[in-house]
Amino acid sequence: MKFTEEHEWLLVEGDLVTVGITAHAAEQLGDVVFVELPDVGDTVSKDDEIVVIESVKAASDILAPIDGEIVEVNAAIVDEPAKVNEDPQGEAWFFKVKASDPSQMDDYMDEAAYQSFIG
Amino acid sequence: MSDLRITPLHALHLELGGKMVPFAGYDMPVQFAGIMGEHQHTRAKAGLFDVSHMGQVILRGASFDAVARGFETLVPMDVLGLGTGRQRYGFFTNDAGGITDDLMFANRGDHLFVVVNAACKDADIAAMRAALEPEISVEPVTDRALLALQGPAAETVLAGLDPDAAAMRFMDVRDLVLDGVTCWVSRSGYTGEDGYELSVPADAAEALARRLLDHADVAPIGLGARDSLRLEAGLCLYGHDIDTATTPAEAALTWAIQKARRADGARAGGFPGADRILTDSPTRRRVGLRPDGRAPMREGVLLFAEETGGEMIGRITSGGFGPTLGGPVAMGYVPLEHAAPGTRVFGELRGKRLPLTVEKLPFVAAGFKR
Repeated sequence: MKFTEEHEWLLVEGDLVTVGITAHAAEQLGDVVFVELPDVGDTVSKDDEIVVIESVKAASDILAPIDGEIVEVNAAIVDEPAKVNEDPQGEAWFFKVKASDPSQMDDYMDEAAYQSFIG
Repeated sequence: MSDLRITPLHALHLELGGKMVPFAGYDMPVQFAGIMGEHQHTRAKAGLFDVSHMGQVILRGASFDAVARGFETLVPMDVLGLGTGRQRYGFFTNDAGGITDDLMFANRGDHLFVVVNAACKDADIAAMRAALEPEISVEPVTDRALLALQGPAAETVLAGLDPDAAAMRFMDVRDLVLDGVTCWVSRSGYTGEDGYELSVPADAAEALARRLLDHADVAPIGLGARDSLRLEAGLCLYGHDIDTATTPAEAALTWAIQKARRADGARAGGFPGADRILTDSPTRRRVGLRPDGRAPMREGVLLFAEETGGEMIGRITSGGFGPTLGGPVAMGYVPLEHAAPGTRVFGELRGKRLPLTVEKLPFVAAGFKR
């Protein structure tokens, strides 16, 4: 698993990348009450704001970590945003993207580096 | 960080794991266990809030009536008619008819006790001094904390410390002896729930807070839930829902101007902006707004009459998620022709116009013990 400085986790299986937010991010956000996901079939570029996530406190964006095409989204977290707090690094994944340039993954942190990043 | 002031409960907040944020110059807890749970706990049982950052002020003069007459030159409320042991909601106004702060004031027998917003307290005290001294003394109370115990279990909890708490009605004020300490107590709050506000000597505040928190029904609550609770209760937040650019009529607060101070009243006018306020026929009004969808619409979202085209008609002044309602909730200003409950308007969110429905306030019925 890889991690971004935006507190996303990326599970890489070939050119398919599953993206969610880290437990640390979920805790910082507080109770999540709204999630808006991209549409399946959307073509996204690295750093596009493709997810809106709102907690009781505030709204934030999640950036596309990589260029590619959205192939699946997790409708369950749209129906039940609280799942993001319950299981952020498991059941509450956000979307799956088919990477057009998997080498972009090389920039991201491994778990040990992420742990020291969040201190 | 070093510039931030702290309240007498600061160490307790840290010990309880409060997530601290700067608020009105103070280092305050925005949440403890989590905003959603704290909000629900307050509506179901009782929440303990630290509101010691707010300004407590005592006004004294030759008599209560002398103080009341003086205070009436600053607020459009009936102060003279306020009975001993009673409190009222009010606001300071300016010459343009705008609101410079909102407040609670109480007749405590030989003096008037005033509680004002933290962000405005220095200006409020300066304004009161300029207008009232030397005949009336304006004494900031800086050696007392202010706690709020809010929720349906508040009466039982407080009556466990002083049975007299149960005899108080909404907006009553009296001294209670809580945990051996004399507290100035009002039966009021900022959540829409039954509850109390307790002015406590600073050096006794932490012990009293711990005593209250020892009760199984009481949990510490941060500013985050305080905001969602007051929003569901339809209560204004100064600097957001009301300010110097809003008049009482626009803000739907004319209920707080008693008959004696209105145009045909016994002591009509005589407060800043009276000419404007008493003849105001506003073209816009503060209303409750519920987004039809699930996306919260927060302060600053612009409102439109139509889904496409047309001019902006207003804006949201407070908005977020209402845990008791289980959905987004907001307040804002719209032109009178769009202010009737049931009217559909649109808020512009991330480039899209999403529907909201004007709704009667409060969103959640008050639980006051009248």
